[in-house]
Amino acid sequence: MKPISYKIGEHPDLPPPASVTGPLAWVRNNLFSSPTNVVMTLVSVWLLFELIPPMLNWMLFDAAFSGENRDACRAQAGGACWAFIAERFRLFTYGFYPAEERWRVNLAFVLLLLALVPVLYDRLPLRKYGLYYSMVFPLIAGWLLLGGWGLAPVDTDQFGGFMLTLVIGVTGIAFSLPIGILLAMGRQSSLPVIRLVCVGFIEFIRGVPLITLLFVASTMLNYFLPKGTVFDLLLRVLIMVTLFASAYMAEVIRGGLQAIPKGQVEAAEAIGMKYWQSMRLVVLPQALKISIPGIVNTFIGLYKDTTLVIIIGLLDPLGIGRSSLADTKWTGLHNEVYLFVAIFFFISCFSMSRYSLYLEKKLQTEHDH
Amino acid sequence: MSENPNDSQPREDSEYAVVMRNVHKWFGPFHVLKNLNLNVTRGEKIVICGPSGSGKSTLIRCINRLEEHQEGDIIVDGTELTNDLKHIDKVRSEVGMVFQHFNLFPHLTVLENCTLAPIWVKKMPKAEAEEIAMKYLERVKIPEQAHKYPGQLSGGQQQRVAIARSLCKRPRIMLFDEPTSALDPEMIKEVLDVMVELAGEGITMLCVTHEMGFAKTVADRVIFMDGGEIIEQNSPQEFFDNPQHDRTKLFLSQILDHT
Repeated sequence: MKPISYKIGEHPDLPPPASVTGPLAWVRNNLFSSPTNVVMTLVSVWLLFELIPPMLNWMLFDAAFSGENRDACRAQAGGACWAFIAERFRLFTYGFYPAEERWRVNLAFVLLLLALVPVLYDRLPLRKYGLYYSMVFPLIAGWLLLGGWGLAPVDTDQFGGFMLTLVIGVTGIAFSLPIGILLAMGRQSSLPVIRLVCVGFIEFIRGVPLITLLFVASTMLNYFLPKGTVFDLLLRVLIMVTLFASAYMAEVIRGGLQAIPKGQVEAAEAIGMKYWQSMRLVVLPQALKISIPGIVNTFIGLYKDTTLVIIIGLLDPLGIGRSSLADTKWTGLHNEVYLFVAIFFFISCFSMSRYSLYLEKKLQTEHDH
Repeated sequence: MSENPNDSQPREDSEYAVVMRNVHKWFGPFHVLKNLNLNVTRGEKIVICGPSGSGKSTLIRCINRLEEHQEGDIIVDGTELTNDLKHIDKVRSEVGMVFQHFNLFPHLTVLENCTLAPIWVKKMPKAEAEEIAMKYLERVKIPEQAHKYPGQLSGGQQQRVAIARSLCKRPRIMLFDEPTSALDPEMIKEVLDVMVELAGEGITMLCVTHEMGFAKTVADRVIFMDGGEIIEQNSPQEFFDNPQHDRTKLFLSQILDHT
């Protein structure tokens, strides 16, 4: 570049040279910036080369997608036997939900997606009405799945598979956040009784493994409740999972609450806001924003913990997988089953994680955007 | 309100903007305010100064009940501050406050900061609240920043937003708690200018500050505090030219040496 001189005070902002921005600069800065970095890059490339093609071969190119049983699969190709998953796909999805009523599960799923839109996306036109719908969605879904009022009733022990995961996961997520917020606020309350109850609850629940709580839910509660009370097993599981996640949620949110400077509450009080107003409009929006990574972490943990219900006899996807593997037609196909279930969980959890990143970015108000 | 000690003289108290009578306050074992007596007439501008830890911030924070006093009476615009939440709400609706660190709400835009209280506390329609907010943002000369977030503004701009925010509920009394101490030197003037302009409008002001130039131009009375007590109070001219107490003289010599 030829030297140009500007008058003092009139030097314009010039674009950076190509060595600072372009793709080549990126490669140099990120992949080959130091000897260690060069070695790491080469090792990574070699590892990817060794791992990816065999995996793809097993999963796709050498895989069998149809066949009556394991031997038929093996006769076709040496890779994965997806015919097994294909045959059991409905079982994996709906559990033992009656075949002729499965449209209700599908409809509930579509309605769930619709209910998520206004919650997740705040620029939706008429979002307020969308949120009303999201709030009544649990009732609609409960009616659709359980039946009654014109629909054939379906017992909850017929729930299973991904549908069961979603029922437990979505319920736990939807209720643990508000309960967690209340617990976190209660833990900081100036009233000793409220504080004591919240601290006691949180510490008790956190100090006990979820499995123990699930056992309590499935057996012990029968002793405590009056004889003859019919208290659905799934409902008990839902309550226990929700309470368990709430305790963790409360601690995550408490961390966020403590990060908010005292001056924020004082400013809210000084302009005349009451405790609940200052909490809802000033403190919580900021505290929740800081807590997003922790909140989503808890959500993901909860979602994956739903697989523990297998221990008390509910058939989540892993349970369906295990019972399917017992079928002599399909023995020994563990890899396919667990990979399939893993992919399902990965898609759900990865979406949550991505959404939390999007949300964090959107709520960023520190700098120009 | 069964035992109101002011029943004999209610008219007298309600004629003042603020009455503090034999006020004591403790932080734990620490006695921060010691037997304070202060009458502020309507429209009076008072500057409070003193070394750090002298209780001057605590004094003004007691006036809108951000701090609770343990003994004595505080009567703001005829309303006595007690544990009665209605009284506290009433007082807070008439008293605006500006903080040293602005305390703007970082998750809301400048305009939303200003309309929050009118909309939620006074239940004002949004459009009306925004109109009023814009009026005050113009008064503090930053209407063009209305849709930015506080984090995108300079310190001086943030403090002016904070002033506009407290003006939006049309207070009769304004409290300033060291409004310029957290600002870079070149931004102090823009905030003081707004405060001087405000002082010309008949609002009652209590201002904790060390800006002695401001005190000289605006204040009707300067109060010097030390160790939780009012050591001396006088008109600015008398206060600066002819301080009575040794501690006042020492304090003035310390802060005026540099300015």
